[in-house]
Amino acid sequence: MSNLVEIRWHARGGQGAKTASTLLAEAALSAGKYVQGFPEYGPERMGAPILAFNRIGDEPITIHSNVDNPDVVMVLDPSLIGPVNVAEGLKDGGVIIVNTDLDPVTVKQKLGVPGNFTVATVDASGIAVATIGRDIPNTPMIGALLKLREFLPFESFMERMRHDLERKFQGRQAIIEGNLSAMRRAYQEVKQA
Amino acid sequence: MALETKQVAMTGNEAVANAIKQINPDVIAAYPITPQTDIVQFYSTFVANGLVDTQMVTVESEHSAMSATIGASAAGARAMTATSSQGLALMHELLHIASGFRLPIAMPVVNRAVSAPINIHCDHSDTMAALTTGWIQIYGENAQEAYDNMIQAVKIAEDPRVKLPVMVCYDGFITSHAVENLVLVPDEKVKEFVGEYKPQHRLFDFDNPITFGPLVLPDYFSEIKAQEAEGMLAAREVILEVAKEYEKISGRKYGWFEGYKLDDAERVIVVLSSAAGTAKVVVDELRAQGEKVGLLKPRVLRPFPAEELVKALSGAKVVAVMDRAETFSTQGGQIFTELRAAFYEAPKKPLMRNYIFGLGGRDTTTAHIRTVFEQLKQDQERGSVDRKVTHLDVRV
Repeated sequence: MSNLVEIRWHARGGQGAKTASTLLAEAALSAGKYVQGFPEYGPERMGAPILAFNRIGDEPITIHSNVDNPDVVMVLDPSLIGPVNVAEGLKDGGVIIVNTDLDPVTVKQKLGVPGNFTVATVDASGIAVATIGRDIPNTPMIGALLKLREFLPFESFMERMRHDLERKFQGRQAIIEGNLSAMRRAYQEVKQA
Repeated sequence: MALETKQVAMTGNEAVANAIKQINPDVIAAYPITPQTDIVQFYSTFVANGLVDTQMVTVESEHSAMSATIGASAAGARAMTATSSQGLALMHELLHIASGFRLPIAMPVVNRAVSAPINIHCDHSDTMAALTTGWIQIYGENAQEAYDNMIQAVKIAEDPRVKLPVMVCYDGFITSHAVENLVLVPDEKVKEFVGEYKPQHRLFDFDNPITFGPLVLPDYFSEIKAQEAEGMLAAREVILEVAKEYEKISGRKYGWFEGYKLDDAERVIVVLSSAAGTAKVVVDELRAQGEKVGLLKPRVLRPFPAEELVKALSGAKVVAVMDRAETFSTQGGQIFTELRAAFYEAPKKPLMRNYIFGLGGRDTTTAHIRTVFEQLKQDQERGSVDRKVTHLDVRV
């Protein structure tokens, strides 16, 4: 299928990976895409490793399995690198985006797996604390994703996102603005190697 | 007539909750804790926000949820509940009562495994165990089909020729909790489509008092059950009529099954619900390589469209039926055995084999489907199947 982008999120329970995959799907749909966003449900414990997935494309999507060969891997918690092989099944030329204050070269060494892929890093937790006031790194990670995979124009995506966040957090302006500026900062600050 | 084409993003459960909102039933009774789905959680916010007129009754178990739904329906209300997995198992004895009373209850069932071992994920063990309860069963592949089937279910159930309850089945988590694109039918069109519920008989008709559920001894019990079977037979017409009418307001076609690249297919997979979507991707890949493969996705299992399925598969050389539930008969899954029996009188029979797959939410990938098609190809070359029943993707 042409232009299909498959994304796998690695996170710990409570970091908002499910919400991120849902928000991304909703905003991409508003931009005219066909989407899927779904988590892998397991024992739902705070802090347990979890997965969530997205598919975003220009044609209807009928496949209903997990994403085993992602184009993009999103790592919300860098402590998962090691215990979990986050690069597993990553497509040739794919990208791994990690929430960390380390630089991408260091993270690539830490990953220690061969392959033709890009590593990008962004301090999404630091940005979230500064802008939203809490370590919820999910929305800034979406900002970083849009920098690395321009499947949607950033500014129009941000407009959709504002609309969706306004619906979700009715009237809670500080949270809405915080999330939007977190996304914008991550979009600007993400580094790749 | 202009049809709605605006795409929205919703989970399967959100889509079905929205269908029920548009149907606006008089009563919903629900047990508000797992294994209940978030359909009724969404619905409770519609009630709290005054978007519907429904009276919501929270009860202490799924057994009570179906009991209260039956009571409300017998009284003359349009009544619903929703369930899944153990919840459907717990209400099992009431399923027979709903159909025996000829109550047109439309109920979403989110297909999930039945314990033990404890598991919350998708398979079809719950509704396969309810095939003999006198309920119509309709299955959908994705959020769109779950939504569309929910609206049609009300009209099928309430048709005076049918008067039987309907389960609207779709896959747990894979469909129920995944956000996908779908298109809703405008509120007023759904309202007009389902119309006002006018029960022929109801308890709250005090000028014409009647009884539901009295003792019926051997002299009449068989007649009652034969009439129920006639209702199921009548559903064969009604399901297609309703589908046709629904196409006018939605633009989407429904029938007994969906055939995908089936016409000249020699090797065919028969599979329900979400796995059929994954199989379509593999059919496309193999077709691009010149392989004559196809897919048949059943939509309705009760009534069982035997003739139609046999006809649709009459050109196939080898058929793999994939069942997402064990029967422990050792002779294969439910759809396999029924479909195989349907071919008994057929002059031309394809080779048939069975796969039990995806139990307890085991992810079914394009690689698994490819394996099945490869085995079908070997069977076709050999002229026989090497194994009747296979547990797919199971460690030995």
